[in-house]
Amino acid sequence: MTQSAGSIRFILNDRDITVTSVSPTATLLDFLRLEHRLTGTKEGCAEGDCGACTVLVGRLANGELVYESVNACIRFTGSLNATHVVTVEHLAAKDGTLHPIQQAMVDYHGSQCGFCTPGFVMSLYGLWLSKDNPGRADIEKTLQGNLCRCTGYEPIVKAAEAVASARPDALFDPIVKMRKEIIAKLAAMRSPDTIRLSDGDASLIVPGTAAALADLLADHPTATVVAGSTDVGLWVTKQMRNLNPVIFINGLEELQSIHETGDGITIGAGVSYSAAFDQISARYPAFGRLLDRLGGEQVRNMGTIGGNVANGSPIGDTPPPLIALGASVTLRSKSGPRTVPLEDYFIEYGRQERKPGEFVESIFVPNLPDDDHFAVYKISKRRDEDISALCGAFRIALDGSNQVTMVRIAFGGMAGTPKRAANVEAALMGKPWSEETIKAAQAAFEADYKPLTDWRATAAYRMLAAKNLLLRFFLETSGEKAELVRFEVTA
Amino acid sequence: MDKSTFEERKTITGPMHSALRHDSAHKHVSGTADYIDDIPEPAGTLHGALGMTDRAHAEILSMDLSEVEACPGVVCVLTASDMPHSNDISPSHLDDEPVLADGLVQFHGQPAFAVIAETRDIARRAARKAKIVYRDLPHRTDILDALENGAEVVTKPLTLARGDAEAELELAPHRLTGRMRIGGQEHFYLESHIAMAIPGEDDEITVWSSTQHPSEIQHMVSHVLGVPSNAVTVQVRRMGGGFGGKETQGNQFAALAAVAAKKLNRAVKFRPDRDEDMTATGKRHDFLVDYDVGFDDEGRIHAVKANYAARCGYSSDLSGPVTDRALFHADSSYFYPHVKLTSQPLKTHTVSNTAYRGFGGPQGMVGGERIIEEIAYALGKDPLEIRKLNFYGEKGSGRDLTPYHQQVEDNIIHRIVSELEASADYQVRRKAIIAFNKTSRVIRKGIALTPVKFGISFTMTAFNQAGALVHVYQDGSIHLNHGGTEMGQGLYTKVAQVLADSFQVDITNVKITATTTGKVPNTSATAASSGSDLNGMAAYDAARQIKERLVDFAAERWQTERENISFVPNHVKIGDELVPFPAFIKQAYFARVQLSAAGFYKTPKIHWDRNTGRGTPFYYFAYGAAVSEVSIDTLTGEYMIDRVDVLHDVGKSLNPAIDIGQVEGAFVQGMGWLTTEELWWDDKGRLRTHAPSTYKIPLASDRPKIFNVKLAEWAENAEMTIGRSKAVGEPPFMLPISVLEALSMAVASVADYRECPRLDAPATPERVLMAVERLRTEKA
Repeated sequence: MTQSAGSIRFILNDRDITVTSVSPTATLLDFLRLEHRLTGTKEGCAEGDCGACTVLVGRLANGELVYESVNACIRFTGSLNATHVVTVEHLAAKDGTLHPIQQAMVDYHGSQCGFCTPGFVMSLYGLWLSKDNPGRADIEKTLQGNLCRCTGYEPIVKAAEAVASARPDALFDPIVKMRKEIIAKLAAMRSPDTIRLSDGDASLIVPGTAAALADLLADHPTATVVAGSTDVGLWVTKQMRNLNPVIFINGLEELQSIHETGDGITIGAGVSYSAAFDQISARYPAFGRLLDRLGGEQVRNMGTIGGNVANGSPIGDTPPPLIALGASVTLRSKSGPRTVPLEDYFIEYGRQERKPGEFVESIFVPNLPDDDHFAVYKISKRRDEDISALCGAFRIALDGSNQVTMVRIAFGGMAGTPKRAANVEAALMGKPWSEETIKAAQAAFEADYKPLTDWRATAAYRMLAAKNLLLRFFLETSGEKAELVRFEVTA
Repeated sequence: MDKSTFEERKTITGPMHSALRHDSAHKHVSGTADYIDDIPEPAGTLHGALGMTDRAHAEILSMDLSEVEACPGVVCVLTASDMPHSNDISPSHLDDEPVLADGLVQFHGQPAFAVIAETRDIARRAARKAKIVYRDLPHRTDILDALENGAEVVTKPLTLARGDAEAELELAPHRLTGRMRIGGQEHFYLESHIAMAIPGEDDEITVWSSTQHPSEIQHMVSHVLGVPSNAVTVQVRRMGGGFGGKETQGNQFAALAAVAAKKLNRAVKFRPDRDEDMTATGKRHDFLVDYDVGFDDEGRIHAVKANYAARCGYSSDLSGPVTDRALFHADSSYFYPHVKLTSQPLKTHTVSNTAYRGFGGPQGMVGGERIIEEIAYALGKDPLEIRKLNFYGEKGSGRDLTPYHQQVEDNIIHRIVSELEASADYQVRRKAIIAFNKTSRVIRKGIALTPVKFGISFTMTAFNQAGALVHVYQDGSIHLNHGGTEMGQGLYTKVAQVLADSFQVDITNVKITATTTGKVPNTSATAASSGSDLNGMAAYDAARQIKERLVDFAAERWQTERENISFVPNHVKIGDELVPFPAFIKQAYFARVQLSAAGFYKTPKIHWDRNTGRGTPFYYFAYGAAVSEVSIDTLTGEYMIDRVDVLHDVGKSLNPAIDIGQVEGAFVQGMGWLTTEELWWDDKGRLRTHAPSTYKIPLASDRPKIFNVKLAEWAENAEMTIGRSKAVGEPPFMLPISVLEALSMAVASVADYRECPRLDAPATPERVLMAVERLRTEKA
């Protein structure tokens, strides 16, 4: 039986905050700007794409204090229990001495209009705290979620490189100085009990355990479950939807683990893209490279693979590789868990296998046999931090005589759901892995998909590119360079 | 270690030509630079939101706003009839731009009412509750549709002609025609539009507006309210980016905030959401260029005829001067012996397009460079060879007259291009790329060197004036105000340098103050790259006046000749005596010397007669060139910018750090325009790329992987500009035409460079792939 606790408690820079009444859809950005007049954090887009509102949120993960950049515009205040929110105002010393990151930005002329600058400073600060001597590829990856319209980025990257080798130092770093104290405070703020807050008729619930979440969903089958809020945030800021009640699961550590079993890995639904990156990259390198291009750093820190699956978008980036890898999803409700193959989870546009009262608990990804060829290709107008026009995942196994013995191909952006290319697979299965086979199989895409024309691409382009990606896959398995890479070795 | 004392210091900090950091840099990085939304709100401030329509072209039959008004927290709802004096804010004075749609909707999203509420959230939510009944009318959003179906023009077209283009096209050994589509561009300033109006006594009102043109905001607010200009004060300390998007487009928000503030006697703030901003405010014009060129075997141009049709949107706004400037730059850097250029500013049912960095010039120049590319592919030559053959000649060469009959007197393009060609190792790299393409099946490379020649001055001669107000206080500290606005370009810093240099005091003694119509009146927009040219000279003039008085005073007090008096670092030197500047000023004050002056400047030499298409619209030209190298993936059309080398002319730079920043920033912004930034309207006429999730400006990882930017250090303005510097805001925006052309070369490789790929802009991966397919199909 869960008890109710009536407050969200967190630390804002150097102040303890207790919130006893808040709308479930109130954002951290408004909290900072309107309630605390911390106006250094800016609103540029209110959809998590420009990074002007970047702040760091520190949390305890397995006892460690980790700080991650997030977009305050789509982060809900109700999701902040037991965190440390750090804004740009916290960086400079009390006497006005700038933090080394800030000073480098000044010295290298990294600001022009200055509106995006606090967000850049915070993103770079997040990188600086977490990585020794980051290189150019790390810096660019960190800045994928920060738009600057004035500088052309060159001086910002130079500033980041200039401070890369300096290490966080308690003398001038506000976080390093306070680390022990913060850890103790955050530990004390954690609540194993369910927190319930309301603002008028609207309420938010923060369960302390997965079992409590299952119970809550049984009682509130229409509740909106929010993990990273990188999608739901926009329902609020752009569509101005009223959500009630909202259940925040981002604090549920039970959902945030990755278990290795002999035959694969089980990724908890609450694992963020960032948290999953190392293990996914190690096991499925092509999938890891895709994650490098999914959203910006802030979105990867907030968003979860579970959420990417749960929302059923036809253009989510992770379903195509997960389907090609043969992943399955475990849904849980008060009456227990059940597991379905991921490809069966997506029924049609806007409809998934998840029933009222169920939540996505985890995703199981089988091991990739050493001899299998596996690739993921994302095509978008802009290389990074863009939504796919199409995203294709290819996997084949060949026998000793170069015949295709297993094939799984899945695409996003080509249909109302992420979908396997059954006809293409059939055209390849059992055939010799040759360019002739590929040419013949390309036509089968027309039977598998009827893509749409929209602002991301025309139907004709989607179809042509999908066909060509099969050829790219073939060429790459044959050792030919057929894809552009900005940095040969990624982080 | 420097042991010199303050008194002995030989130089000041922050003179002209020094690489000073931006005056607000330390505030930018610490979050303490206040933008308008950061200024503490007066007690009781209300918030406005636009009520937007959802038809591209329709008659409003009825508008039921009762549910809007009934929302708790809504204070009032404004419609067109609530505008006290006028519902018009047309910058062109053609009376074609309503504050709020009055019975007729002319673009999808056009505001028809405004909600004023206790909070911004309440106002935005309430604005969606209107019940509007429409009668749909046929709409036209696409430029080709407009061109082919006889759309009306929003303003009078322009013709530039010299010689006999028609006859010479017939006579030329080769002739070819083509068509190019050039997309528009969203400004994507990081700070959206915003205005906060604070009512005052009687008819007075103060408006804080994120605007490049405070005087125009003042005029529009006074016009809509029906009060004289002297009742309206408009202020702005800084914008979070402008790029032309805040030249006229802030009028609507300022006018609505002012009307509500006066009506309710409370401060009112309007801050549209990003989507609302992108939907309701204008963008760069997209163009359809039809060209016809005659040339000889060598590639020398004999005659050019071209029509530049532009999607202007539903009203004229600045489309007249924008399409004019497109024609002024259709020659790029090339002499057209016979030429006829025409503009077609077409009306469409889209948001009214407006100023954007380059102001039509970039579109003009892209068309001109396409013509060069066509000739090169037709003759099987390197486009650079064709460029050099057609560059304007030296003054007096007989090849120095523009299509608008201005003589090019300051031509340095030959030197710029030859230096860059050598420093970027263009010839060797081009050969290597051609060799690479022979053996690489999927990945292909391209390289291109393109020049820039950009005319500096407002083509509306009257706008080429500026004022500054300078006070020297008794302690020697200096207060600087001028008519220019700061949007990140470093104008405030540069003008402060001018003042520090003039008085020979450290720049820390100069306080830069917010632009306000109350201090410097009748200002021009901070636009056309003119900010430092105009305001720098006006500040210089104000300093000159004060210094004259100070010299008079010193000559009398010290009983010496004026020639014996000079301003040296932080001192005034009178004969052999060095008087610290503050002490000297104190004495001047007690001697009742006026220590304040209003400076003024107007650009000399320029004149322009639009009716005859003749004149000298530009005071001078700014030059530059870039070499870009790219790689494309011929299976998907994806690409990367591998290396860019730039040599750019800013005359004698007022501030090399700021100028390099302008060049780099302009390059990446221009590259975005020509590559990934695509505006897309659906069949309902609704803009679907209205936020950064759908409209893709470049990221750090899109900038050139190797990016070498140099200023031509030997350059000096031939005209008497401030410190012999040149304008820098717009010219480098056109350097990335080299990226478009390099992509084009990579595409052309699939057909052995025998055919011009006619790659339209923006060259998205889709356009690149489709061009590859077209060439492959035609080759087969």
